[in-house]
Amino acid sequence: MSFLTLTDITKVFGTTTVVRDFDLTVEAGEFISFLGPSGCGKTTVLRMIAGFEKPTSGTIRVGGADVTALPASRRKIGMVFQAYALFPNMSVRENVAFGLKIAGMSGREIASRVDEMLDLIALGHLADRYPYQLSGGQQQRVALARALAPRPNLLLLDEPLSALDAQIRTSLRDDIRRIQRELGITTVFVTHDQEEALSVSDRVVVMHAGRADQIGTPSEIYNRPTTRFVADFVGQLNTFTAKQVGPQSLHFAGVDVGGLDLSSVAANSAVTVALRPEAMSLNRRPTDTQSLPGRVLQSSFLGSVIRAQVNVAGTPVSIDMFNRAGVTVPAQGAQTEVWFAHDDLVILPESAT
Amino acid sequence: MSRQVPVLSVVIAVLGAAFFIVPLIATFNFSLRMKRGELSFEAYRSVFESDVFVSVLSFSAVASMLAILVGIVIVVPTAYWVRLRVPRMRPVVEFLSLMPLIIPPVVLVFGYVRIYGTGSFLPMTMTDTGTNTLLVIGYVVLSIPYMYRAVDNGMASIDIATLTEAAESLGASRLRTIAFVIFPNIRSAIVSGAFLTFSISLGEFVITSLLNRPGFGPYLVQMGQDYAYQPAALAIMAFAFTWTCMVLMEVFANLKPGQRLLRQRTSTSVEKALP
Ligand SMILES: Nc1ncnc2c1ncn2[C@@H]1O[C@H](COP(=O)(O)OP(=O)(O)O)[C@@H](O)[C@H]1O
Ligand SMILES: [Mg+2]
Repeated sequence: MSFLTLTDITKVFGTTTVVRDFDLTVEAGEFISFLGPSGCGKTTVLRMIAGFEKPTSGTIRVGGADVTALPASRRKIGMVFQAYALFPNMSVRENVAFGLKIAGMSGREIASRVDEMLDLIALGHLADRYPYQLSGGQQQRVALARALAPRPNLLLLDEPLSALDAQIRTSLRDDIRRIQRELGITTVFVTHDQEEALSVSDRVVVMHAGRADQIGTPSEIYNRPTTRFVADFVGQLNTFTAKQVGPQSLHFAGVDVGGLDLSSVAANSAVTVALRPEAMSLNRRPTDTQSLPGRVLQSSFLGSVIRAQVNVAGTPVSIDMFNRAGVTVPAQGAQTEVWFAHDDLVILPESAT
Repeated sequence: MSRQVPVLSVVIAVLGAAFFIVPLIATFNFSLRMKRGELSFEAYRSVFESDVFVSVLSFSAVASMLAILVGIVIVVPTAYWVRLRVPRMRPVVEFLSLMPLIIPPVVLVFGYVRIYGTGSFLPMTMTDTGTNTLLVIGYVVLSIPYMYRAVDNGMASIDIATLTEAAESLGASRLRTIAFVIFPNIRSAIVSGAFLTFSISLGEFVITSLLNRPGFGPYLVQMGQDYAYQPAALAIMAFAFTWTCMVLMEVFANLKPGQRLLRQRTSTSVEKALP
């Protein structure tokens, strides 16, 4: 039984359709990320779940109940904003207590719940500070505690880390995930940063132009992108145009490659195949099953990784190899073989745009 | 680079200051000379002794206070609503709020007298209460440009849209959001607007005298025609009062959350202790 269900959601602002045909089911306790470029409608979907926007059509159900028409103040949803949005006139303690006061809890209950929340974010010693006396990371922690204090049904976070610097971003990201696991709260996390989305989520929704392009676990999204957009947006990718030459074979980069699952490809249609930089190597690895001829354009030694640019049948291909015994920095201009495994080949039919 | 004394700038600054300060000193000096041959506060004493002074001052003070209250009740929700719901209309509303500066008070009050005068559909000027109401409304109108600006600036300094959403997601109704989140965060702006309103309406002359109300402004003018020393004393007091308002405005505007007026020092030390 899914906990949060979005059915056929559409949102139109004026004459522009910002979200279309959006379907999603989220299990209780799951951590879901919306990933996509700026302007693709992530915030709009989140705001519809929160109740700040009404969908033009479609329904939203939380815990089995239809909340589509319910105002935000009655949805019991915790929200964390990119700009923290702490109440400037209230101390840390008062901020965290706000939702509890509104809920009509007694003073003693409020005090103990606030202490519990401040412990959770490890900011008990700053309880009497005001927001302007806190760093960005501390403010966002308080905002998290404030959102979680009234035990909401859902936690929504809209790019909560985007305003922070890199180091704090990683540590707060991990804290959010730890706290989410500890409380088992169903969470929707919006970000345009693929590393953020892939590293913390149970599942990722990759959004593109108002649609959910692909929904899957981080490894499915990364290893098995089903659309051109997902393949391009998530991670780096080398692409070749391919031609179907048999029921299970494609011709690309001057080579026929057989033994492929082409069930998603319509007969005689154009196909794009793609390989991640780390799926290829210039030295054959035990799992490698196929090679393409090429010439080294350029190579650089980056410590743990050796990065090479190789010209494969006129296409410059980027390759990342782990720096292990037996792997050498290839010489510029050298003839070489580019190795990969059949399983790592991503096949993107023309229809998958 | 050697530091040069900017002679010209200093001269201009001194001249400018003298332009304001010399008449003030002269007026003050004059106000102390009611008793021949000595300096005394006789003129001030005689002003305060007058029953009329006390009654016109309290009349104007009450009218100004009411104007402040009405102004806040009109301006705060309007500015909030405009920023939250129709931000595109903000320039229009801002322009409308400036109208009282463009339309002279004489025109305003003649308009009132025509529309609400004897024989009109709502003859407010027939009764004292009605006329007093018109007076307060007139003060509100005069102060709207300042009140709106102060409150709108206060709202600009906080992200009211996001704060409103944060409060709503925590279960707060719109009313509670305004009362507990928006209002406290623009309190200093409201106080500034209130002081401005007070200093404008307390000595207001045109509307007050044309509606024939026993206010402080007409009294000041009357005194100026009838007496020599008392008007000087009144002018000095009015000046001191306006300055006090300005200083209070400044103090309130710079107050940080959690700071009390008298506890400023402790709060400052907390701030300094920050890394
Ligand atoms: N209130 C609104 N009125 C009109 N257009 C809007 C509104 N909110 C968002 N949009 C438009 O909807 C699109 C998606 O916005 P948003 O959901 O904020 O994207 P994201 O969060 O993915 O960056 C954008 O093109 C944006 O301009
Ligand atoms: Mg956004």
